[in-house]
Amino acid sequence: MGKYLAMIRMRFLMMLAYRTDYYTGILIYSINIGAYYFLWNAIYGEKSSIEGLSSMQMTTYVAVAWMARAFYFNNIDREIATEIKDGKVAIEMIRPYNYLGMKTMQGLGEGIFRFFFFSIPGMLLVALIFPIELPKEPATWSIFGVSLLFSFIINTQINLLTGITTFFLYNNAGLIRAKRVIIDLFSGLLLPISFYPMWAQEVMKYLPFQGISYVPSMIFTNGYSSGEIGMALLQQFIWVVILIIPIQLLWIVAKKQLIIQGG
Amino acid sequence: MFYVSMFFQYVSQYMKTRLQYRADFFMEILSDLLNQVVNLVFILVVFGHTQFLSGWSREEIIFIYGFFLIPFALFSAFFNIWDFNDRYIVKGEMDRILTRPIHSLFQVILERIELESLFGVVTGLIIIVYSGVSLNLELAWYDPILFILFSIGGALAYAAIFIAIASIGFWSDAKTSIMPMMYNIGNYGRYPVDIYNKVIRFVLTWVLPFAFVGVYPASYFLRKEEWYAYAFATPVVGVAFFMVSVVIWNQGVKRYRGAGN
Repeated sequence: MGKYLAMIRMRFLMMLAYRTDYYTGILIYSINIGAYYFLWNAIYGEKSSIEGLSSMQMTTYVAVAWMARAFYFNNIDREIATEIKDGKVAIEMIRPYNYLGMKTMQGLGEGIFRFFFFSIPGMLLVALIFPIELPKEPATWSIFGVSLLFSFIINTQINLLTGITTFFLYNNAGLIRAKRVIIDLFSGLLLPISFYPMWAQEVMKYLPFQGISYVPSMIFTNGYSSGEIGMALLQQFIWVVILIIPIQLLWIVAKKQLIIQGG
Repeated sequence: MFYVSMFFQYVSQYMKTRLQYRADFFMEILSDLLNQVVNLVFILVVFGHTQFLSGWSREEIIFIYGFFLIPFALFSAFFNIWDFNDRYIVKGEMDRILTRPIHSLFQVILERIELESLFGVVTGLIIIVYSGVSLNLELAWYDPILFILFSIGGALAYAAIFIAIASIGFWSDAKTSIMPMMYNIGNYGRYPVDIYNKVIRFVLTWVLPFAFVGVYPASYFLRKEEWYAYAFATPVVGVAFFMVSVVIWNQGVKRYRGAGN
């Protein structure tokens, strides 16, 4: 356990050294939130609510979805791909820790850093600029925290899966880019899932993506009834468990057929 | 003439290297395509809940997006200089550029071309034709000419912003992470400017002229007469901003001292 904590700490300190890079990150996210804020305002026009969300809730949704993305987002799929390509993974595999576990911890270290130096100041900044309603109940905040942790795990698991495919595809830069676009769309970052046509919602029910952004954002904006919250959290948890299976299976196969492409 | 032949030599060289890795080449095009599909899905889903966006219909918004893709594709193919500072100034590559007998900016652009982005022109045209037909837009004989002029004007406006920002590198060594920010601001130009407040509208028109890439020129073809003045200004604005940015670039080159190692 100690060595994994050390991993989190190291990644955190590494990020801290380059913290100035993140100030522009906050600005970029704020610019994106701004674009969607004006767009949604125009979409709402005279309407007081769409699909049960008021325009104020929608602004909050957009803001929290982007700032939560700063926490759960990481590039470990690309890191795994590079480590496989330049052969570093062979050294990593003989070290006394679980390679995938170690990658997850690095992602967590990065996430914790961004949570404190990106998400929180960013959220304060956008709350000053745009009309946003923060949850009043302390319970909502803690449920949101749990849900956000699940969303980090699901996103990281999907990243691990994408990363492992490098063992079989050798060059998967395209797949990684495609995965990012698909997650932005299907996770509810760009559009709440409830806005999609019914048939699309039906399909997305059977996919893990809405656990990444839609569920925590809906909790934060009070868009769920209390029964729905329980269901949503349960769904997130089930996905966390289910996704372990393909990761372990792929990992076993991958270890057997590792080909180092140089280094 | 020399510049034209240089251009084609670089292009043929580029094609050779790119076609060496065909799978990668097609993946790039595919992932651009996927991005465009996502943006279209967004528009379609949103219009499942509203009839008009500040008075613009669904097909009109789609038309604007389709038009935006064309100057944007031209820009991404030929002005891929977002990492100019890291690639040329920090690494000292600019020294090499300056010893050669063609204009430095022209050469940097040639070295960084990315022709697969031109595929966006095809997607843009398909979207425009689809939405144009469903809107029953009528074409005058001179419209294709205006279309080309507006597209080039928009691409130049876009390029001007990025050239001006790349030139900052000549004055300050600080890592410029302004570039990715510009790509995000550029997205504001994909939607009608009347949805924004006055300040943003002013910025998008006169400071960072992103509105001239999408909504202004497109409004001419959509026959929105209240925007005609801006639409017809597109080529002028594009050329004017571009000339200013080249002047800034030239001033910067004079100040360039090399990174030294």
